[in-house]
Amino acid sequence: MTTVIKVEGISKTFKIHHERHQSLKERMLHPRSGTTEVFNALNDISFSVDTNETVGLVGHNGSGKSTLLKCICGVLQPTSGQIHIRGSLAALLELGAGFQPELSGRDNIFLYGAMLGFSKKMVEGIFDDVVDFSEIENFIDTQVKFYSSGMYVRLAFAVAVNVDPDILVVDEVLAVGDERFQAKCIDRIRSFQDEGRSILFVTHNADQVRAICDRAIVLDSGHMIADGPTHESLRIFREHLMDSAAEHDRSGLTASISIDSITTPSGSFDVRSGAGMHFDVNITSHGAYSGNFVMEIFTRNGLLVSRSDAKGSPVNLTPGQNSVGIDLAQIPLLDGIYDVNVGVVDPRGNTVIAWREQAASIQVTYDGREGGLVELGAAIRQQ
Amino acid sequence: MGDGSSTRVDRRSLENDAFRVVSARDSLVTRLRNLWNRRELLSSLIRSDIRIKYKNSALGIVWSMLTPSLFLAIYWLVFAKFLKNGIPNFVVYLFAGMVVWNMFNTSLSTATGVIVVRSGLVKKVSFPREILALANVGAATFYFFIQLCVFGLYLLVVQHSPDYAYFWLLPIAFLALYFFTAALAILMSAITVYMRDMEHFILIILQLWFFMSPIVYSYEHSIAPQLHAHGLAWLYFINPITLIMLTFQRAFYVATYAASTTQTQIVNHHVVPVILKILPSWPMSTYCYLDLALLGIMIVVFLLAEVLFGHLQGNFESEL
Repeated sequence: MTTVIKVEGISKTFKIHHERHQSLKERMLHPRSGTTEVFNALNDISFSVDTNETVGLVGHNGSGKSTLLKCICGVLQPTSGQIHIRGSLAALLELGAGFQPELSGRDNIFLYGAMLGFSKKMVEGIFDDVVDFSEIENFIDTQVKFYSSGMYVRLAFAVAVNVDPDILVVDEVLAVGDERFQAKCIDRIRSFQDEGRSILFVTHNADQVRAICDRAIVLDSGHMIADGPTHESLRIFREHLMDSAAEHDRSGLTASISIDSITTPSGSFDVRSGAGMHFDVNITSHGAYSGNFVMEIFTRNGLLVSRSDAKGSPVNLTPGQNSVGIDLAQIPLLDGIYDVNVGVVDPRGNTVIAWREQAASIQVTYDGREGGLVELGAAIRQQ
Repeated sequence: MGDGSSTRVDRRSLENDAFRVVSARDSLVTRLRNLWNRRELLSSLIRSDIRIKYKNSALGIVWSMLTPSLFLAIYWLVFAKFLKNGIPNFVVYLFAGMVVWNMFNTSLSTATGVIVVRSGLVKKVSFPREILALANVGAATFYFFIQLCVFGLYLLVVQHSPDYAYFWLLPIAFLALYFFTAALAILMSAITVYMRDMEHFILIILQLWFFMSPIVYSYEHSIAPQLHAHGLAWLYFINPITLIMLTFQRAFYVATYAASTTQTQIVNHHVVPVILKILPSWPMSTYCYLDLALLGIMIVVFLLAEVLFGHLQGNFESEL
């Protein structure tokens, strides 16, 4: 084990100008105007990455993970602290940022290679592999400006992963390209792991981290709040996400009714796929109200799995504490985390009286062999 | 790396590799070393710059010779024919000054906005930022040598023989020009990030600078007498381009004195041409000392510009 990245006490502050005077005239007229706010994007971050390690860097938007990554790649200079890097590093920050649209794909492979810091000889050596991987043989001498966006990204990814870097830094690039190409990228990342290279993988998608990384680092508004085995870090990440979600929910549209919490008899929101579940929704009401109750279940990617309401039998809220029970006879969902939103709407079903976004998150564990979202229990046999 | 299996076994060990350090502020030595390490990127950028510039034009690279030649023709028409400045063999004189000027002018007018124009790259890819400006200077250097070749051909055609004894001074003068141009180019590219007006302002400065340099007129004939009278000759030489141009003109144009083609005087009842003092009549050693001193100063200026750039680039990301 050799340390390839050593981050020591990195901090990064940005000056945010609220009034930007960039022309000479404006500068002369307003020499001191405009307030400048100092924003701490990173606060004293330290960690290290060894060879043969795949480290995930997770955090929600604005947590500083991209800033940290840019510092490691040398795109940004940290305000204080040092980063030590050993071996060659290829960064997939923004695919194709270095492309010159006027030049052909062939020229751009060399230019992009040089930009990533690899010699011409080295790029010549891998040229055929790059063309092969990117699947654009027929267009290699076409100007890049005529490429489709998919071709553009494929070419850039192909250069970056074929230049044989010791450290690969990946920033949510797997969100691009079609599904087949994404699978190819994941494949390539896996073979990188097999070869004992280091990978630093940045995403806010916890599932991708769980699938790829051995270790995860969690950032929250510039602070490192966890660094450890993937599942441990992800648990902390998830808990943190819930805390901040609780701070700004949309409840209390009418001051009289609020949804306080969802509880389960066992207190746990973990469920095995196929099993049932019971929720108790605790609602405080300041007056009597009769309305409909709505429940939604979303995947973490924002896909609606199910919406159900009790139109047939409205709930009658009485002043004080109320409890509404939800019975889910069977949850055929596959592995993953699902968010539960609950709300009370008026009897006509138009106006939302009380709403709670992400009132609960259920974690489903599934050990069958089906893929996708739900288990249909398909039986396949020859006839 | 087409088949993953072959590379799986022999990953090289990184234990003996030295650490590269990313920190708040790199020393000048580190930054110069980084520049040197990325020289392949510099040459790639220069090549792509040149290719892109002429990619879609029918005449292609011919334009890099055609444009200066046409400018030359215009200046010749205006200054020699209409304004009758009287310098004999004016095209040779003009050419010697113009090759120097074009290098400076092209570099600065392209490099000034380069970091703003390529901000997408600056924000996403790691490399020494000044390489973008240096690539523009590099491309201008390439055009400089092309124009020098055209100049050589022209000299052969008109059978004007340069003073070969002075040729060894040309590399020194050129290096001084290169360092001066590079220093200004990287500085202007950084300043423009903070003051976008520079992109427009630089064009006016360059126009003024053109007429402050002895290109379309002769220093000794037009300016020197008045400056000498007030003891201000040194003022004119604050412009480093002047000395570089004088060296090029001395080597290619040769004549320090020449009979005017337009002005005449009457000596002993005979009409004879006025003798114009065109170039300083310094001995070769003076040119040599001055050029060497200028080169030394310009290298220092370049290093200073590097240091300043290092300070300015720290805040690029919040301005771009």
